[in-house]
Amino acid sequence: MSSPEARPAAGPSMKLVRFGPLLVIGLLALVTAVRPGIAADDAAAGEMLYDAKCGGCHSVERNRIGPLHRGVVGRPVASVPGYSYSPALKRLGGSWTPARLDRWLSGTQKMAPGSKMYLEIDDPAQRRAIISYLGSVSKASPR
Amino acid sequence: MGSEQVPWNEGRRQFLARAGVATLGIGATGLLGGRALAAPAAQAGDVGVIQTALALEHEGIAAYQIAGKSGLLSPATLKLALLFLGHHEAHRDSLAALVGKAGGKPVEPKTDSQYISDLNLGVLKSENDVVALATRLERGAASAYIGQITALKDPALARLFAEISADEAIHWTTLNNAAGTPIPESAYVFA
Repeated sequence: MSSPEARPAAGPSMKLVRFGPLLVIGLLALVTAVRPGIAADDAAAGEMLYDAKCGGCHSVERNRIGPLHRGVVGRPVASVPGYSYSPALKRLGGSWTPARLDRWLSGTQKMAPGSKMYLEIDDPAQRRAIISYLGSVSKASPR
Repeated sequence: MGSEQVPWNEGRRQFLARAGVATLGIGATGLLGGRALAAPAAQAGDVGVIQTALALEHEGIAAYQIAGKSGLLSPATLKLALLFLGHHEAHRDSLAALVGKAGGKPVEPKTDSQYISDLNLGVLKSENDVVALATRLERGAASAYIGQITALKDPALARLFAEISADEAIHWTTLNNAAGTPIPESAYVFA
């Protein structure tokens, strides 16, 4: 039986192999603790995020600083009656698909320079959750 | 004595009364000192962001003004609402001045009846309803300012937005605590 001293000393690469998985798990746990992830399909989390991040200017049912969001997924761009859209958004054309909304929320001015909205949401998981919520209010019949 | 439960509304009133007294002093000092707005004329690309922020302040001012006249607020809550209203008016004035300095025309407020419709103020029946709405609006406003900072080209303007978002966060925290809602456990509350 070999004594501990007789074992070859673990070099940096050996240590990495031995502790690497633990390190990765630890880092992931740290990242998760610092910026909790959000399930992509979690519309409930999306509603909370919507209230927090979009609620300053938007509501589901009424035009405010921004247009109402009931039915936004699948709706033609710049089409809510009674809302005064910027020329930039009127020019954009097409409809709001989830992919397009994701692009919009990640950089409104890149997509439609000169539009009225400047808020950017960097976290893709947050964007997915919000879009999931917007999808849920787009399926429901108007109140 | 120590184990007596203060009724929820009574506790909130006491909290709002104390908060009102404490913050009134700070607000008065701020008004006397004025905001030393060192921001230069806004860059062309920033004017749109300022206009959106100005529209947000107009809406907040209208919400507090209309709620203040509703008769739904107790004296302590009304005092606090008027204090917050003063903050929003100061934000409005700073933002409107920047738009003017850049040669733009500051966006005008909508009519009260339009704000009543936009914010669905007709459904508010109690002080609790008003506080809940104000809490949501302040939360949204703080997030909106933070979320727009990266779009700004002028660092001095970014600083102004950070300062305003901090004011909105104070409003949100005060209202939230008054309602007995605990402070979120996770950091990065507005992330």
